[in-house]
Amino acid sequence: MSARAESDMGKVRVGRRAFIGLAALGAAGIALGADAQRFFGSKLGSLGSLLPGGDHFRIYTITGTLPYISRGRYRLKVSGLVDHPATFTLADLQAMPSYTMVKDFQCVTGWRVPDVHWKGVQLSQLLANAGVQSTAGAVSFDSYDGADTESLTLPQAHLSDVIVAYEMLGGPVTREHGGPVRLVVPQMYGYKSLKWLSGIRLVENVEPGYWELNGYPVNGWLDGSTGPSDPHPNLT
Amino acid sequence: MTSDTATRRASTRELLRFDGVQRTAHWVNALLFATLMFTAIPLYYGSFFGVVFPRHDIQMIHLWCGLALPIPILVSLAGPWGRRMRADVRRVGYWTRDEIEWLRTLGRTALKADKFNPGQKANAIFTAAAIAVLFVTGYILQWFRFFPVSWRTGATFTHDVFALVVFIAVAGHIGLALTHPQSLKSMFKGTISERWAARHAPTWLAEDPESVDDGDAHTATYGRGPTSEPTRQR
Repeated sequence: MSARAESDMGKVRVGRRAFIGLAALGAAGIALGADAQRFFGSKLGSLGSLLPGGDHFRIYTITGTLPYISRGRYRLKVSGLVDHPATFTLADLQAMPSYTMVKDFQCVTGWRVPDVHWKGVQLSQLLANAGVQSTAGAVSFDSYDGADTESLTLPQAHLSDVIVAYEMLGGPVTREHGGPVRLVVPQMYGYKSLKWLSGIRLVENVEPGYWELNGYPVNGWLDGSTGPSDPHPNLT
Repeated sequence: MTSDTATRRASTRELLRFDGVQRTAHWVNALLFATLMFTAIPLYYGSFFGVVFPRHDIQMIHLWCGLALPIPILVSLAGPWGRRMRADVRRVGYWTRDEIEWLRTLGRTALKADKFNPGQKANAIFTAAAIAVLFVTGYILQWFRFFPVSWRTGATFTHDVFALVVFIAVAGHIGLALTHPQSLKSMFKGTISERWAARHAPTWLAEDPESVDDGDAHTATYGRGPTSEPTRQR
């Protein structure tokens, strides 16, 4: 042991220092990475979809496949406790008054895409047209993937920024992002923004969706609170 | 280039570079890294050369390999079997002024290299730190409920950045291994020729490392043969 210590005389403990330095960098990344990502994300531009920090979406599928629905054959069915059940084509939706917004897309597991541009029809508009019956208390959503489901309370569904989107990032919603039409609930975590939207059903009570049955909160407010950042009465 | 006497002494002598414990740890670690890197691609890009995989299954493979990642290193360091591994970790950790200068000038200064050159040492330190950082950030991503959202976003960013550097480092590591077949071979059979050591690791050779007489590495490198404990620890 003493021979060994002797042989290390005059040497520098580079290993320990570098290890601690890198670990500290990692800890700083956890604490400050959200801001760093915002900074880099705005600088990276088109590289952002390739490099960490940019406008990079993680593509989730529940079924292991990406459903393909052609734009011509796409149908959105509004049914359940409504006076006027209806089925919309993509052209029908595009002919309705449109709503655009730029919002961060935040996944519950942490990844975030800053400043995503969306365009679509307000859900509240579709609900008004359908004539929601007084017994309805919640809205359930179905997906073309045959597996994913989501739900919102009626007051949540009436938030002005909850939309049925057909444009994203300045173009049509692509297949991997849930096109041709998906739901967007920007004040909640990404799993609430159901992809490949096929149906809107008015129901009496909230039916927990796929991710909620797998342990995610039914009310997926971004900050984990019980209400929206953009206050609206009687939401939970 | 360096020690002529050492080269002349017995060019057929084979020196023990990595014992069985170290090689096993290295290859188990390599297998885990490979699996983690392959599963990382579809998790990050959504598909793998256009093929979409069931995300949950891929995620579970990634998770379990990640949780297992520290095991080969920690096991190889612990216990009586980890003596050589611990000695090498010590080598990697302690640097002479010459080594620091060599790395700082990117190899332009003269250096009598140790068992590992400063580039190899730097790679080992980075890999160890990256494992720690990726383990902790990965833990936050998996059990995100217990952490604030800003931490989850920070952990995602950190995990991605370190993973990117790991991809670059591993590519460099494999590239250097393939262009240095003697070094690569020693990670399979455990030994390396004295001639190689005289050229690439003279400081190590001067310490009179454990040797294997006839170059028949397979019998000698496992366990402690009669030749595995020479006069080294005086």
